[in-house]
Amino acid sequence: MARTRPPLPAPAEASTPAKKPESSDDAALRLSLLREMLLMRRFEERTAEAYALGKIGGFCHLYIGQEAVGAGAISALRPDDYVITSYRDHGQALARGLSPRSIMAELFGRVDGVSKGKGGSMHLFDRNLNFLGGHGIVAGHIPLATGVAFAIKYRGGDQVCLCFFGEAAVNNGAFHEALNMAALWQLPVIYLVENNRYGMGTALERASSVNDIAERACSYDMPNEVVDGQDVIAVREATQRAIARARGENTPTLLEVRTYRFMGHSMSDAASGTYRSKEEVDEYMKRDPITLLRAQMEQRGEWSDEKMAAIDAEVRATVEDAWNFADESPEPSLDALTEDVYVDTTSDTGTSASTGER
Amino acid sequence: MAIVTYRDALNQALREEMQRDDRVFLMGEEVGIYQGAYKVSKGLLQEFGEMRVVDTPITELGFAGVGVGAAMVGLRPVIEFMTWNFALLALDQVVNSAAKMLSMSGGQFNIPIVFRGPNGAALQLSAQHSQAWESWLAHIPGLKVVAPGTPYDAKGLLKSAIRDDNPVMFLEGEMLYNVKGEVPESEYTIPLGKAQVKREGDHVTIVSYGKMINVAQQAADLLAKDGIRAEVIDLLTLRPLDSETVAESVRKTNRAVVVEEGWEVCGIGAQVVDYVQRDCFDDLDAPVLRVHQVDVPMPYAKNLERAAKPDAQKTVAAVRQVLYLE
Repeated sequence: MARTRPPLPAPAEASTPAKKPESSDDAALRLSLLREMLLMRRFEERTAEAYALGKIGGFCHLYIGQEAVGAGAISALRPDDYVITSYRDHGQALARGLSPRSIMAELFGRVDGVSKGKGGSMHLFDRNLNFLGGHGIVAGHIPLATGVAFAIKYRGGDQVCLCFFGEAAVNNGAFHEALNMAALWQLPVIYLVENNRYGMGTALERASSVNDIAERACSYDMPNEVVDGQDVIAVREATQRAIARARGENTPTLLEVRTYRFMGHSMSDAASGTYRSKEEVDEYMKRDPITLLRAQMEQRGEWSDEKMAAIDAEVRATVEDAWNFADESPEPSLDALTEDVYVDTTSDTGTSASTGER
Repeated sequence: MAIVTYRDALNQALREEMQRDDRVFLMGEEVGIYQGAYKVSKGLLQEFGEMRVVDTPITELGFAGVGVGAAMVGLRPVIEFMTWNFALLALDQVVNSAAKMLSMSGGQFNIPIVFRGPNGAALQLSAQHSQAWESWLAHIPGLKVVAPGTPYDAKGLLKSAIRDDNPVMFLEGEMLYNVKGEVPESEYTIPLGKAQVKREGDHVTIVSYGKMINVAQQAADLLAKDGIRAEVIDLLTLRPLDSETVAESVRKTNRAVVVEEGWEVCGIGAQVVDYVQRDCFDDLDAPVLRVHQVDVPMPYAKNLERAAKPDAQKTVAAVRQVLYLE
């Protein structure tokens, strides 16, 4: 029954950027993206340790291997744009600028967490950064992204909404309903599929009648692009093209970003052994996004071991600080149990009564 | 006061709230060009334009989610389900997104949204189109659930629902849309979460809501002919449920019957009985009885459908039983 497995993702032609003159800004960008991806990597490594120690509970999904997707795509946004994502959300939250402290405290279930310890790993939110969650039902948040884009158009704004989800979500009705309306109504939204090849343990070709996810966009006459998700610059530039279509023309885009998760689906899943072989994982790990960017920087003479050691030490210290902060943050008071189920306001009296945007 | 249909009372509420607040918009199947499957949105497209009166594809899960997303970033959507039967497809967005967003974001994102449409059986629509969903919805913390049975209540409660900063499920009735009643011409609202004594009496309390409040009133009329004075309480809001108004009445009458449109098991009536046994244990002179739909999918045949539905005669029989007259 299963289709022939497609080859390892290669950098897609469509995402090969037009050659531009290099500037010192590009070097600074590469350095900042490297730092960001390294922060995600170290953060997730420590998250795994904390989970093993029982400091984090529940479901927890690590971003290791996929760092270039969140870092590259979110780097293309403006601060007033919106980001919404699924449950594998730590990396994107970091890229959006949520503090490592507040994220780790949330994972620890503490009062200083971004969601006051009520959401946990899968439900990171930050209203001030237009980071709209952290959603736990596969594909359930894709219509929300369409709604955010509807609101942007309704208000006559020029923001965009960037929506992350995994490739397994494209088999869910919510995906199709959401994309149909976005294309029908010409809404400024970018649907970014993180195709890491497995929905939990089910390979893409065992779940989807179409192996090229980007082709799904044809059903909705929607622009689409296949992107090498291990190349952070390629992800950034493809997202920039999609943003240009969204902002300028109110045209949605489906980006299929091909990536790979180096760890198991969640903490209870081994990295390899059941649904994928160690050889396969090893093969993909040769295209570690951090290593690839480092190679680019070496080629350009932007790399020095000393500088990198300093950055890594700084990132490790940041994560250590986040751990300590989370560890020392109190548990929520029991009074919090019944708080934040309802607000007791109306548009006559409430804080949201003021007109204008949130 | 003007005499207005339930349909037009809802239309007035929508129009007035859309005039009052430009963040309010109406979205759903056939709400625009068709003027509403039940004509509740008549004239609104012409007045407010297609950005604020939005026809959707038949995609309940999708447009329910669009509403929640828009509410997250500051709009105040009114999402019309052509009927609540079709809303079952959208329940993930109602429960997992609308109801839980405030809590799981640690209080950052409230969802000011109204989901509305007709609920329960009409006439001979058979099993899939004749269901009362209130007990499903009222089960969920984070939602409010409202079920008006008269034009006056429909208008006042819908205005409050639209102004509320929480997700409100607004249950109308297909068989109610043509019902006429007095509606003031001046501005008014009715608070959510408060029950009303619709008729005073001291022999027995009949608790009901929505379409069934009219059944309860008919039963009270029939009982009055036999000298039985029933107090009729309209819950109006099912979550939060005003158990205090019910208890006050039962402490006076010592007997109660609950009338609801839905099925028996885990119904709203079961919840009311639980409140009554806790609040009025020493006041009760008889077990509290319930009148509800027979525990079967709604049949098509006219006689079977009539037999399946709660009605005034069944309510009278239950009242006579709690009065030990049978």
